[in-house]
Amino acid sequence: MRKLSLSIALTGALLLAACGGESSSSDTTAASAAGTGNECTVGKTPEANTLTIGTGNPAYSPWVDNDAPESKEGFEAAVAYAVAAELGFADTAVKWVRTGFDEAIQPGVKNFDFNLQQYTITDERKKTVSFSDSYYTTNQAVVALKGSPAIGATTVAAMKDVKFGAQAGTTSLDFITNVIKPSTEPYVYDDNAGAKAALEAKQIDAVVVDLPTAFYIAAAELTDASVVGQFPANLSTTPDNFGFVFDLNNELVGCVNTALATLKDNGTLATIEKTWLSDKTNAPVFAAE
Amino acid sequence: MSASLSRRAAYERTRKRRSIAVATVSSLTVVAAIVLFVPRMPRWDRVKESFFSGERFADSFPRLLEAFVLDIKIFAWSTPAIVILALLVAIARNSRSAALFPVRVLTIAYTDIMRGVPVILSIYLIGFGVPGLGLERPWNSPLLWGSVALVLTYASYVAEVFRAGIESIHESQRAAARSLGLSNWQTMRFVVLPQAIRRVVPPLMNDMVSLQKDVALVSLIGPIEILRQAGVDKSKFANFTPYVVAAVIFLMMTIPLTRTTDYLLERERRRTTGTRVR
Repeated sequence: MRKLSLSIALTGALLLAACGGESSSSDTTAASAAGTGNECTVGKTPEANTLTIGTGNPAYSPWVDNDAPESKEGFEAAVAYAVAAELGFADTAVKWVRTGFDEAIQPGVKNFDFNLQQYTITDERKKTVSFSDSYYTTNQAVVALKGSPAIGATTVAAMKDVKFGAQAGTTSLDFITNVIKPSTEPYVYDDNAGAKAALEAKQIDAVVVDLPTAFYIAAAELTDASVVGQFPANLSTTPDNFGFVFDLNNELVGCVNTALATLKDNGTLATIEKTWLSDKTNAPVFAAE
Repeated sequence: MSASLSRRAAYERTRKRRSIAVATVSSLTVVAAIVLFVPRMPRWDRVKESFFSGERFADSFPRLLEAFVLDIKIFAWSTPAIVILALLVAIARNSRSAALFPVRVLTIAYTDIMRGVPVILSIYLIGFGVPGLGLERPWNSPLLWGSVALVLTYASYVAEVFRAGIESIHESQRAAARSLGLSNWQTMRFVVLPQAIRRVVPPLMNDMVSLQKDVALVSLIGPIEILRQAGVDKSKFANFTPYVVAAVIFLMMTIPLTRTTDYLLERERRRTTGTRVR
């Protein structure tokens, strides 16, 4: 048996040696070239002098226009570059990576510094990932095609018998089951494309999405569709606050929060919101009863 | 026979003991390596929390079990349809009459195309496309058309299994049946099919195990079944444990089915072959 235990010990030592090298590289040299981060970010980005930002694959309007975040067009693209600038990163020092939702929440080492694709900040999610402070707050909204029973509804109660659809992995689904409580189970799709096909096939009467997305799909993706209304924030169990997603306990969170606070104080965030979202967010508000 | 062992029996016994010992030691080594060293990996705590959270497991289990009922339903109504359609296709393809030539061509095209097309595409195309033509509720139900897509895909595989079974029946059987005065159809019905189906039951079970898992693909077009519910829970808590729960529930179904398949295979082997060589 001695031979056996020796081999186990050896294997173990090798495994540990192979996988143990996770050092916090906070002792990296302090001086960094211009446009490659400020004193807060030094040593906190895995790729030195570069800020790596994750977004969806594909990324949708109005968050990222034309699936091209590098263009700075679209709300989240613009916010990302504003935060990067605040952190001292020049545009050329920003690198984009594409991830699905799952890739951003998996337990392994992340390939981005932070990821923004309309992640709602919730306490449950905070157990496995870290969030920045909120950069946008939105309401849930209903989109329906002409002729749908949802059209003309002004109260939540009037939509009990509407067949709803939502995108999997969004808080919209939670909202349907916990707030609207319709008489039939909602259908769930991987993305807006599925929900759109189901609307057109009349398998569902209406979809619930966040308000800016609602306006986008009603205007650009569907014909004969309209935003029936938005739900008041006080109906939600958790308000829809979007935050950047970080690896759990990532040291960069503090730097980003400072940057976001500055952008809120000096009005930059409001300007970006006005440019990309605000003019599209006037929809009637549903009453509860 | 005396009580003492023959030299051969004694030799076999030592060999057997030896192989049991080797198997035990190697199994223990593997288990020990996993139990002792995986938790020492630097991010094991994170993986444990993400995939094996006891709290999330307990929370998701009842919800997922409830969602699994839909999977069982789809499986239950699709299976008979698959078997019937597959049998018809297999018989049509095996028809010998010259007048049925176009039917044979059609069945060949059907099996070739449906086996080659990804199940996902056929579910999207049939599940969204057909109702999109303007059917009204309840006839545009994604459950209905999703099931149709599954049936069409699986029937093409199962038809090939049936065809293989039919073709494995020796031509002399047909010749004998025909010379006794049975018609073409009677030959198929009373002589070929009973033998053919018996032969293909084990491989058919294999397709059923596979169908059990593919049923979850119907969730792509809306209905919330176990895998979708697991995905919803996953997003809600940013935790993958619900998928582990789903896997456990699936295994509770598939393991008995695969064991049964193995048993049937073994029984068929024993029935058709001689003594086992050790």
